[in-house]
Amino acid sequence: MIHVSATPVLALRGVSKRFGAVQALTDVDLEIHTGEVVALVGDNGAGKSTLVKTISGVHPIDDGAIEWEGTKVDIGRPHDAQNLGVATVYQDLALCDNLDVVANLFLGSELRSASVLDEIRMEKRARELLDTLSIRIPSVRIPVAALSGGQRQVVAIARALVGDPKVVILDEPTAALGVEQTAQVLDLVERLRERGHGVILISHNMADVQAVADRVAVLRLGRNNGVFDVAQTSPEEVIAAITGATDNAVTRRRARTATALKEDAK
Amino acid sequence: MSDLAKTPEPTKGPADRTDRTAPGDAVDAEQSAAPAAAAAPVDPRLLVREQGFAGYWTEFVRKVRGGELGSLPVVIGLIVIGLVFQLQNDKFLSASSLANIAVFTSGVGIMSVGIVFVLLLGEIDLSVGSVAGVGAAVWAVLSVNHGWGDWLSVFVAIASGLVIGVLHGFFFAKIGVPAFVVTLAGFLGWSGLQIWMMGKEGSINTPTGSVVEDLTTHFFADKAAAYGLALVAVLAYAGSQLWDSRRRKEAELPSRPLSEVLLRTGVLAVLAFVVAYFLNEPKGARGLPLALVLFLAVLVIADFVARRTTFGRQVFAVGGNAEAARRAGINVDRVRITVFAISGMLAAFGGLFIASLSGGATKSLGSGNTLMIVIAAAVIGGTSLFGGRGKIWSAMLGMLVIQSIQQGLNLEGMASEIQYMITGAVLLAAVVIDSVSRRTQKSAGRA
Ligand SMILES: Nc1ncnc2c1ncn2[C@@H]1O[C@H](COP(=O)(O)OP(=O)(O)OP(=O)(O)O)[C@@H](O)[C@H]1O
Ligand SMILES: [Mg+2]
Repeated sequence: MIHVSATPVLALRGVSKRFGAVQALTDVDLEIHTGEVVALVGDNGAGKSTLVKTISGVHPIDDGAIEWEGTKVDIGRPHDAQNLGVATVYQDLALCDNLDVVANLFLGSELRSASVLDEIRMEKRARELLDTLSIRIPSVRIPVAALSGGQRQVVAIARALVGDPKVVILDEPTAALGVEQTAQVLDLVERLRERGHGVILISHNMADVQAVADRVAVLRLGRNNGVFDVAQTSPEEVIAAITGATDNAVTRRRARTATALKEDAK
Repeated sequence: MSDLAKTPEPTKGPADRTDRTAPGDAVDAEQSAAPAAAAAPVDPRLLVREQGFAGYWTEFVRKVRGGELGSLPVVIGLIVIGLVFQLQNDKFLSASSLANIAVFTSGVGIMSVGIVFVLLLGEIDLSVGSVAGVGAAVWAVLSVNHGWGDWLSVFVAIASGLVIGVLHGFFFAKIGVPAFVVTLAGFLGWSGLQIWMMGKEGSINTPTGSVVEDLTTHFFADKAAAYGLALVAVLAYAGSQLWDSRRRKEAELPSRPLSEVLLRTGVLAVLAFVVAYFLNEPKGARGLPLALVLFLAVLVIADFVARRTTFGRQVFAVGGNAEAARRAGINVDRVRITVFAISGMLAAFGGLFIASLSGGATKSLGSGNTLMIVIAAAVIGGTSLFGGRGKIWSAMLGMLVIQSIQQGLNLEGMASEIQYMITGAVLLAAVVIDSVSRRTQKSAGRA
């Protein structure tokens, strides 16, 4: 494993978040160090996206504390998180369909001279960024609405690389991607780690997680359900934590295949 | 899951990825895992064309087929309107008639620029007519009743429009009242304030020789003015286009071919000089109206702000997807308040034009169909009612359509009720064209 600094760049301490009657997060702890990839896993509705949104300032937290490089910070709106150096790729991508690819990539951090946009510099940089992700987009000047789902996802990922973030959060970044693009994104995650960024990667794909993550943090029903060192943990153990430790998923799957086989046999 | 369950073998890093050769070549030649067939079909419309004039033309036809009509329907509409009225009455294209159109277009056109910003945001401002009335009333009361200086009262009038806009924006953005309701309340409330300010007589005449009178009555009689402005406009346009092309070439980005730049500049030059000619040369021509100069200045500045500045980009972003804009760190509330402030400010400015045209501020200035005309112009010009799509220049194009129709019907001696009906029909036609073209765009995958 890559050497890990002593103070985490980002730490959540006892974070809670409520939506009306739903307690989406209860007392959640999470630490991310520089040069480390932390996978965040859990079932649908476990609270992963909500956790990400509390970090990135979309939903301010109700309780608990967020620490940045050891000091407590208030993240009340997305702007605060960006100023700290958090870049987020949202599950719903959060792109403006009416704007073109370049405008979307640089939205909120436009290259400019005295508030006049420098379109040319932005377009050039956009092409370079998209090239590193090996995506083919007909033109960087067409509205995002005209792109395919995967192309949109790559644009959203490229967005996170525009500034020079310290922590990059990827909420299911490869859900809509093809084999080659998925590989590129996983490469990218590793490159981010090599460059000393902290990465939070949310994924339902255990293979992806195993491939790039250093640690896996499991959320279950809005609570921590264990943090695992990827090198020393089998996927089965993680899956067990995801679905609830008492009820081992592997055994459950075996049971299911067994019954399925039995039914087939009938 | 089983296919992806294998660790994807790390492919080459960015270093050994070949750079694309031709800048226009949008399809990355580099190909590894995916089968070649999967990569080949790229919508040919989206490829950057670089083969001179012929390419320009095919691209144009392709765009029209794909439903990207842009300003085409309005321009065609204007030509048709011009022809029809000219055939009915050959005074239509006379100097005084055209000067009338230019002057009448300016005031409400400036208000319409404000509405374009609001529409880009995906909102509506129903108060512009009343705010125009308040602006005119503030100016008249201060300058005539209180003897304030000319410029100062004009300034305060425009500033009061701005403050009113900020107030609307505050209730909309911070309190969360729908803009429709806020500005509807403003529509009633501000016209009440206007009537109260105008007092018992209900009207204050424009003092002769005042700034406000000059707004629509001053003409630059020197022929050099109109021709000079046309020349400056053409040179500035050509210059900016060429400069942009050169910078793009230096950056190895696809750029407009020279033939297209020349064509665009040529069209602009013909338009500009024809207008200048009609303002200067025919019998009874009075030269370049100050009102038109001011309107053009507002248009150019607003267009620059909308397309070239961060603020403009933020307006489009909020209009397209407010939540995405917020997550991108944009201060959505501030953008919204600023847009309503712009709308209020331009409404008050336009109100002074209307006062100038009608000889003074009155109780009813800005009421009646002013609001409808201002909104209709923006929509006729091609700005979407649903936010995020549109152009500042649509304010001018739409207003030209409306004012040309009014002028033509006035020459025919047609009653105003007929004018209302025709303007209504034109508005409906514009929205129909917009909806149909948007549907075509959808089926062509461009919306
Ligand atoms: N804006 C919201 N308002 C109300 N409830 C919400 C909101 N966002 C999330 N929730 C609730 O919070 C819980 C956690 O949702 P979250 O989106 O974080 O799940 P997730 O772990 O990201 O799931 P998935 O894997 O499906 O993306 C869910 O029960 C959801 O209904
Ligand atoms: Mg989620």
